[in-house]
Amino acid sequence: MKNKLIPYSIILIFLIIFAVFYKSLKDTNIYTPETKINNDIPIFSAELLLSNENLNSTEIFELDKFYLLNIWASWCVPCRDEHPILMSLSKNNKLIIVGMNYKDNKKNAKSFLDELGNPYEKIILDKNGTNSIEWGAFGVPETFIIYNNKIIKKYIGPLNNELLIEIQKIIK
Amino acid sequence: MAINNLNANENSERNEITKNLRCLICQGQSVYDSDSDFANSMKILVDRKLDEGLSEKEIYTYFKEKYGDWILYDPGLNKNTYLLWLLPILIFLFGGAIIAKSFILKK
Repeated sequence: MKNKLIPYSIILIFLIIFAVFYKSLKDTNIYTPETKINNDIPIFSAELLLSNENLNSTEIFELDKFYLLNIWASWCVPCRDEHPILMSLSKNNKLIIVGMNYKDNKKNAKSFLDELGNPYEKIILDKNGTNSIEWGAFGVPETFIIYNNKIIKKYIGPLNNELLIEIQKIIK
Repeated sequence: MAINNLNANENSERNEITKNLRCLICQGQSVYDSDSDFANSMKILVDRKLDEGLSEKEIYTYFKEKYGDWILYDPGLNKNTYLLWLLPILIFLFGGAIIAKSFILKK
């Protein structure tokens, strides 16, 4: 019995190690932060792109309304791809779209909107990228759906037609 | 002189903190080592939080709430990491037991 215990336990250890490595083999090694929903939105104040006003977050997000916060930049190619989706969402009067212009040049940002249209009701500036970190984002584009000052949904990467339908369902 | 010292202290604190934060864009590098846009913004934010008077631990908690445990190079003990922390100890005890047993048996 004692003689058998050691080989069995060695086999068991190898099996565990095999299982761990085999599982890790299929996992992606690029980590995307878990989507934490129902988190309160951060409190911040930021300059607006189209007027030189400074606004607090409490002046932007009101209770009992659906908001979509979209982080974008004129230099970001996927933002260009998702722009038509934002344009069609802007026609929905149940949703208010707020933009966050990430590490961009004002002139380029304005010409981007002149060229592709402006779906945003307000655009706040994030000149040094710290505002988007407060939101838990790490790149562009990222989109948040906000209701009653809580993040109820977060999308990393560009929006597409499937997500457009999903968002329309959420705000119904 | 005094001001220089103060700055140096603050910088070293910032460096210590950013060395323990993982850069999410350039994974495998710490925020301290990286010069990516994301890492640079993180450095600015760490500076700002230190100015606001947050402690090192509070800053870690702040980032952990936003990005999860992965953002820290030195994750705390919780239900996702207990295996990571306890396995080496268990293996050590198990190995030690085998060695001790064979010694006792030889005697």
